[in-house]
Amino acid sequence: MEALFAVLVGIFFAAALYLMMSKHIIRVLLGVVLLGNAVNLLLFTTGRLTAEVPPIIPVGSDTLAMSAANPLPQALILTAIVISFSFFCFLLVLTYRAYQDLGTDDTDDMRVAEPKDEPMPPTGY
Amino acid sequence: MMAVSPSTPIDLSAAMVLDPATAAHWLAILPMGLCLGTGALLMMIRHRIAWHPPVALAGLALLVLVDILLLSRVLADGPLTMMMGRWRPPFGIAITVDLTGALLALAAAIVAFAAALYAELDIDNSGRRYGFYPLLMVLMAGVSGAFLTGDIFNLYVWFEVLLISSFGLLILGSEREQIDGALKYAVLNLIATTLFLIAVGYLYAIFGTLNMADIALKAPELSGSAPLMTLSALFVLAFSMKAAAFPVNFWLPASYHTPRVVVSALFAGLLTKVGVYALLRVMVMLLPIEREALSLVIAIVAALTMILGAMGALAQTDIRRFMGYIVIAGIGNMMAGIAIGGEAAVGAAIFYALHSILLMTALYLVVGEAARLGGGFSLTKLAGLWTSAPAFAGLSLALFFAASGLPPFSGFWPKALLVKASLDIGAWWLAGSVLLSGFLCTIGFGRLFLLAYWRPAVVSGPPSATETTPAPAAFAPPPAAPRTSLWRSAPILLLSIFVVWFGLFPDPLIVVSQQAAAGLSDPTAYILSVFPEKGAP
Repeated sequence: MEALFAVLVGIFFAAALYLMMSKHIIRVLLGVVLLGNAVNLLLFTTGRLTAEVPPIIPVGSDTLAMSAANPLPQALILTAIVISFSFFCFLLVLTYRAYQDLGTDDTDDMRVAEPKDEPMPPTGY
Repeated sequence: MMAVSPSTPIDLSAAMVLDPATAAHWLAILPMGLCLGTGALLMMIRHRIAWHPPVALAGLALLVLVDILLLSRVLADGPLTMMMGRWRPPFGIAITVDLTGALLALAAAIVAFAAALYAELDIDNSGRRYGFYPLLMVLMAGVSGAFLTGDIFNLYVWFEVLLISSFGLLILGSEREQIDGALKYAVLNLIATTLFLIAVGYLYAIFGTLNMADIALKAPELSGSAPLMTLSALFVLAFSMKAAAFPVNFWLPASYHTPRVVVSALFAGLLTKVGVYALLRVMVMLLPIEREALSLVIAIVAALTMILGAMGALAQTDIRRFMGYIVIAGIGNMMAGIAIGGEAAVGAAIFYALHSILLMTALYLVVGEAARLGGGFSLTKLAGLWTSAPAFAGLSLALFFAASGLPPFSGFWPKALLVKASLDIGAWWLAGSVLLSGFLCTIGFGRLFLLAYWRPAVVSGPPSATETTPAPAAFAPPPAAPRTSLWRSAPILLLSIFVVWFGLFPDPLIVVSQQAAAGLSDPTAYILSVFPEKGAP
């Protein structure tokens, strides 16, 4: 199960990196969202993947009898999902606004903040 | 579910702190609570924007006070730990304040106070309505949280808190330039925090814990058997991106010159330094053996960052972009301290970080003032500030000297300590890079002073085609009134006092930052503060 997830996470990372290298901002965004999911799966895998053992502590003991899945990474993923989801929403709105204002979704053409033909600073007065 | 039978009493002392928390413990969480509370209050009174500045200023003044108390407490009794919900790690999250964290949090609070003071006149009503002050308070909650937390996943959460509020601050005004800068900033910083999260996932897989004291305890045993080098490389990459170190720094000059001056000032002072702090915490305290192994890589990155940052500054016409590259050059110096390691060099890096937080904010505020007096940010246009505002020019010169690392201002001492530390380990090229970077910065600042301040103001002819476009309408400064100019200079003056003070009397700060570095290099006190039972023989 873990090996399968490792391969899956690898594929996610590869696809995310490929998309993020694009010049088009919408593909970059898709890459970012894939990357977020890749990381969530990675976190998920770190806490053991077992469905067989229910994480119930038997009466009279204060630890689990067998190795059940660790719930902490799942709590971490919940946090990370909420954060990455809200960030993705913000980025999506920002990108749409950038497309409206700048008229392009090509990062090479987005040169308002850093104009291409900025003159050299004056060398003397 | 059946009720727990009371027949076998459960020993809670292993999992929970049974003693009630003292006032000092509450002090550790107060900075974040205070900032979030004030931010929430400001959100509630969002229609009464006239009340925003006084409420925010009061909140930030309280924050400074709390951080001073926290620092004095940590100086007196060593690291202070607050277990959230009284659950001990690994169940609960620990807020652990050590000297490094307390020092940086105090510097951040002072900077935020000064920026809020400046914002009183710099942020117009529309900026206030879009929530400048609530976002500022949430940003400060994130920054304080990042400096004070003792749990790595919690650090990630505070990173996100400060990141999301920085997005809001960055696009305040919604100009085309800002949207463009914010897009690059947002995407690249989000990728950096995602990289950090990957590293956290691996960290948890390896150690089974996220508590920093616990990791510091376990790291030496595992250093041979677990893939800690990969992990450290990931951390270095993620935090270098946050700190804007050389190969991954291009989001900073693309975005830092676009927002309001006071927002740039806050970002330049705080955000990159949070990255440096995280690097210090993780590489120096948690993974010292791996830092040793990676030290050459970090040193090369540091040298390239400081030299290329300074060279980038030389090529700029816009003084805001000039300052952006100066921020990058400073990051190189701090990373050099991390690369060298040892108390002397790490202490110098902490000193440099404190100095840089105060100085970079002051410099951006100076830029704002210069643009207001001279009518733009372009070096081709600015002229004659020396004759129109001599006192301001003098103040600027002092800050420029501090940034170049010239005595008698605060930039000189950490650079001198860094040069000495790198010569001590025989890294003459690193010492040379620090000096070369300082030299190039001096040329840059010299030219800035010469053109913008010293050059006599000429009666402007028709603007030539090569000149940059004038500042957007929103940057057009309102006509100056005498009270206005005094009010605007007050925050710069406040920050300059520290810069001059640390320059003239560096000894106390050198001693304290060495002490902080010693606490990072040998985290016994930190670990004992989180796990008191480990101290019992």
